[in-house]
Amino acid sequence: MHALQVLFQPSSLTFLALGFGVTLEIAAATIALSFVGGIVLAVIRYSGDIHPDHRAAVAASRAALWWIEAIRNLPMLLLMLAMRFWSGLPPIWAAIAGMTLFTSAVMAEIVRGGLVSVDRGQWEAAFSQGMTSPQILWHIVLPQALRRMIPPIVSEFVTIIKDTSYAWGLGVIELTGSGAILLAKQPAAAMQLFAVIAAVYFVTNLALRAYSRRLERRYAAAAY
Amino acid sequence: MFELWQWQQLFSDWRVFAAGLGQTILASGLALVLSLVLGVFMGLFALVPLRALRWLNRVYVEVFQNTPLLVQTFFLYYGLPHAGITLPVLAVGVIALGVYTGAYIAEIVRAGVQAIPKGQYEAAYSQGFGYWATMRHIILPQAIRVALPPLTNQVVNLVKNSQILALIPGYDLMYQADSWTQQTLLYQPGYVTVAVLYLCLTLPLAHLARKLERMLARGRAEEVRPTVARASGSVPA
Repeated sequence: MHALQVLFQPSSLTFLALGFGVTLEIAAATIALSFVGGIVLAVIRYSGDIHPDHRAAVAASRAALWWIEAIRNLPMLLLMLAMRFWSGLPPIWAAIAGMTLFTSAVMAEIVRGGLVSVDRGQWEAAFSQGMTSPQILWHIVLPQALRRMIPPIVSEFVTIIKDTSYAWGLGVIELTGSGAILLAKQPAAAMQLFAVIAAVYFVTNLALRAYSRRLERRYAAAAY
Repeated sequence: MFELWQWQQLFSDWRVFAAGLGQTILASGLALVLSLVLGVFMGLFALVPLRALRWLNRVYVEVFQNTPLLVQTFFLYYGLPHAGITLPVLAVGVIALGVYTGAYIAEIVRAGVQAIPKGQYEAAYSQGFGYWATMRHIILPQAIRVALPPLTNQVVNLVKNSQILALIPGYDLMYQADSWTQQTLLYQPGYVTVAVLYLCLTLPLAHLARKLERMLARGRAEEVRPTVARASGSVPA
């Protein structure tokens, strides 16, 4: 009982709330950056398929393939640590940089799946109308690809929110880290403390999933 | 990073990295066994007529997929001692990793079984197969083929996720390497070596997953092709 009293003190709750704010900051920055990074990587990776005769496109496509495969098969914490000690960025930015590096490689594979699923005939039709590759990509192919990719992309967003907890490994006091610090004050409340923290992540992620289902329905309806 | 003496020192301390690699492999291997057992049972629970088991599946998958592995691990590592249970770090890691990955494997198993068309069940029943005989001889062999590529990807994730052991004063490659780099301050060679070691574990598995995926795609084509050939009359039935 005493453990719970300490846990639910206003000062403890404020501390956790501040940590949750940092979690959301890291997650939002990573989501935004890796979404863009993932699309760029995927487009480079895909350019070799669309222009098989263009030597630069094929070479860039190869390079992107190697980059994506190497990065997404590494543990993310390693990338975050490397960012921390190689770049000299402040911890929170090192965390965001490491996560973005990793997640954009994962996101690239998701987006590429979407690009490939758009029928090749659409490219040919658009080329025959005199459109350039960037125009086709921007106006025709990407919108369709992204619409189809909403469920896996949102799953990746959920993973990002969970993975922000690794920032504690760099000493960033986000939600998990603020819990680890409170733990030192009240070790006996460990189970309750981490159950509460888990619940916060859980509710955040369920809310994100619910929102994505609404998005999906809206875009599915808009597609016809 | 390209200074020779740094690498010389790293190679003179190679035992640290070898020990860490062995620990990561051991923890991942044990966790894999646990996650497969949990994943297969929990996945099949989603498909049985018993509502309580279906609920159990849903709660298990949603809770473990939507909360961070690190928080689950902290719960075990810091919480269990207050319930009177103190586990060694390896055991905490194996349980946390196994239960977490099990939630993903459960979804793969469920999706694999659900991918088999209903007509297969109906055809089997019409031939006098019972529920379990249908499952064992008709459904599961096909479902395993569907599930194999994503399953292999989950093994890659499991190996990478064993990194959490570095954050509970730990027992794995990342922890050993990190303490080594903290002592020697040789960040670059240290992290590059760890990266290469992890890639040695994960890339062959990722490659296997791709190969299985391609084989599966080809297998499907072969199932269709003879039928088409027969229909077009080029192969005698």
